[in-house]
Amino acid sequence: MSNIAIRVEGLGKMYRIGGKQERYRTLRDTLTDAFTAPFRRASSLLRGQAYGAANLNETIWALKDVSFEVKHGEVVGIIGRNGAGKSTLLKILSRITEPTEGYADVYGRVGSLLEVGTGFHPELTGRENIYLNGAILGMSRAEIDRKFDEIVAFAEIEKFIDTPVKHYSSGMGLRLGFAVAAHLEPEILVVDEVLAVGDAQFQKKCLGKMSEVAGEGRTVLFVSHNMDAVATLCSRAFVFDAGARVFGGSSSEAIDFYYDSIFGRTKKQSHIVFEQPATLQHTATITRIEILDVHRNPVSAIHTWDEVVFRIQYAAIDRIEKGSIILDIRDRKDQRLLVMDSGLKVPIRKGVHQIDCVVSRMPLASGEYFLSAGIAVSNSQWIWREPHVGFLQIVGQDVFGIGRPPAYSRMMFAVEHRWVDSSGDHTAPVK
Amino acid sequence: METDIVQEVIEETATEQKAATTSVVAPATRAEPKPAYHLRIEPSRGWVSLKLRELWEYRELLYFLTWRDVKVRYKQTVLGAAWAIIQPFFTMVVFSLFFGNLAKIPSDGIPYPIFSYAALVPWTFFANGMSQSSNSLVGAANLIKKIYFPRLVIPISAVVSGVVDFALAFIVLLGMMLAYGIVPTINVIFLPLLLLLAFVTALGVGMWLSAMNVQFRDVRYTVPFLTQFWMFATPIAYPSSLIENDLLRTIYGINPMTGVIEGFRWALLDTNTAPGPMIIVSSLAAVALLVSGAFYFRRMEKTFAAVV
Repeated sequence: MSNIAIRVEGLGKMYRIGGKQERYRTLRDTLTDAFTAPFRRASSLLRGQAYGAANLNETIWALKDVSFEVKHGEVVGIIGRNGAGKSTLLKILSRITEPTEGYADVYGRVGSLLEVGTGFHPELTGRENIYLNGAILGMSRAEIDRKFDEIVAFAEIEKFIDTPVKHYSSGMGLRLGFAVAAHLEPEILVVDEVLAVGDAQFQKKCLGKMSEVAGEGRTVLFVSHNMDAVATLCSRAFVFDAGARVFGGSSSEAIDFYYDSIFGRTKKQSHIVFEQPATLQHTATITRIEILDVHRNPVSAIHTWDEVVFRIQYAAIDRIEKGSIILDIRDRKDQRLLVMDSGLKVPIRKGVHQIDCVVSRMPLASGEYFLSAGIAVSNSQWIWREPHVGFLQIVGQDVFGIGRPPAYSRMMFAVEHRWVDSSGDHTAPVK
Repeated sequence: METDIVQEVIEETATEQKAATTSVVAPATRAEPKPAYHLRIEPSRGWVSLKLRELWEYRELLYFLTWRDVKVRYKQTVLGAAWAIIQPFFTMVVFSLFFGNLAKIPSDGIPYPIFSYAALVPWTFFANGMSQSSNSLVGAANLIKKIYFPRLVIPISAVVSGVVDFALAFIVLLGMMLAYGIVPTINVIFLPLLLLLAFVTALGVGMWLSAMNVQFRDVRYTVPFLTQFWMFATPIAYPSSLIENDLLRTIYGINPMTGVIEGFRWALLDTNTAPGPMIIVSSLAAVALLVSGAFYFRRMEKTFAAVV
């Protein structure tokens, strides 16, 4: 029993959306509210509504009735779509926000890593920021002294250690941030999607560091959309959906469950791969993605080399002058195969609008893929992002006329090519 | 003070050392795993405790945040740390010109420039501390949203970092005293206590305002006004001896800065307004501000991450 590291019982977190309480407001709002509230209440009572009923629909449970246990030394992955409550759970466990109901017992010191480089100050040098960031993450000065060289070596910034961080490239800043965080040694480590930083090589290094940490017998809760990372690092995994823990089991079972849940959801309405109501939390959200064929008719499956249209419907609270909509297509291993980025050319207009992404010739071989979507503003800041928005079925067709349609088992892409006999006098395509 | 967010149970000693004292081994090989630290995370209601012990555990963070504030404050300014002196010094020049020379405001027999500058040095410390700490939480929004630590660290470090500016301005004050041939009395030994009183006042107000600033951004616009009004309500340009009734003068001490300023003049310039009951009233008022501010701050703390 004393082997438990984290015990969560009936944990829930309610947020008020569009409501007044969770958003900052001016004194005037409060004053006018104080004056008008009695009248509003009176009128709603007159209309026969219960007192306060008007406010009920303004709340949302980001997490509801979640219970689980994690043992010491376990590395547990947490997967699920955006808004499933994963990050809320981590925020509660790292004591950034309080739960609304339920409780969590934590045995051991918790170190949380929800972001890389929190509290970096651009005017300070790398050396100074290591100390500052380390202190913010909960390291003592002696501890930082001891690990200083290791941190610098890991971040590969030896030469720039006394340069102000504002002169660093964004990659260097991220590397330094991760390096400091990676040298935290709490008994329980809570990590949110921070491995997705830097270039591929650095990501590999981060992943290596994480498995080292996991191998040391420390307890780790690990939120990620990178299924490969979850599969390699975690022995167990939980799947979250709509604020509830819907599955718990070995990580490979959990990943299957997760993919199946996406798969199952999209099977019902085949040509609509993604649909969700607009929220006010983001300046802009994608509310629907539909797949159309060359004649703009809805289709459920795409054929290799066909023209495909992703019709994206978005809702924006404000006009975004320099925004881009980004779609990417990944395989089951979460490898990004295609990226369609509108660049900063298409302004995102206020209101609900539609935009088409036309892929004139789908290069993917037949197989199952996942679509991710996001809206970003300049310098690749996401204002809305949803990995694995939907499932894509690519159906093979014999585009090369060789009797075998290109399939994912043999290749990822089907590129247009031809064979030429170059030995003779005149070149002609091989028939 | 009902339920606390977190109850720290069992063997607190282990928490003294931040580096985990329990060696981390695979659970299988661990003979009798006995967690040294247990937290219960649950909803809190109403007034919560101040958790001063936890604040003490985070003293290194306080040190680093203060150090950052000091280092960064005058980066990319031409005059740099000179700003710490320019502000009170030129206010003194203006005051001397208008209040001293033109309006002929009495100054307890002290040359007006040094009379007002001795007041402006602690006042500037207070005013800057108050405004810096009022905006400190909003300025640290990204920290608050991503990392847990006792939030009180933020307004405290904002006030503490002002001590460096105070020291610089104070050196100029000593230089001026030398120039005017004024020798401080033995009472200078009370200066640290008087500075502490100014610190407590600034922090008390700062805690109130910074917590309110999270909810109501009006605070940002209120602080400059408040500073201005408060300055005229404090005997900086004039001596408190203008109030002849002793009882009224004591009541005047409800403004804690009155006690601080008159105390500074008494300790350094040997004015005959030895503070006495006034400073007691000032101290009580300052402590009341500090305690109420701290509790209000802690009560609002749970909303910070969601609202800021």
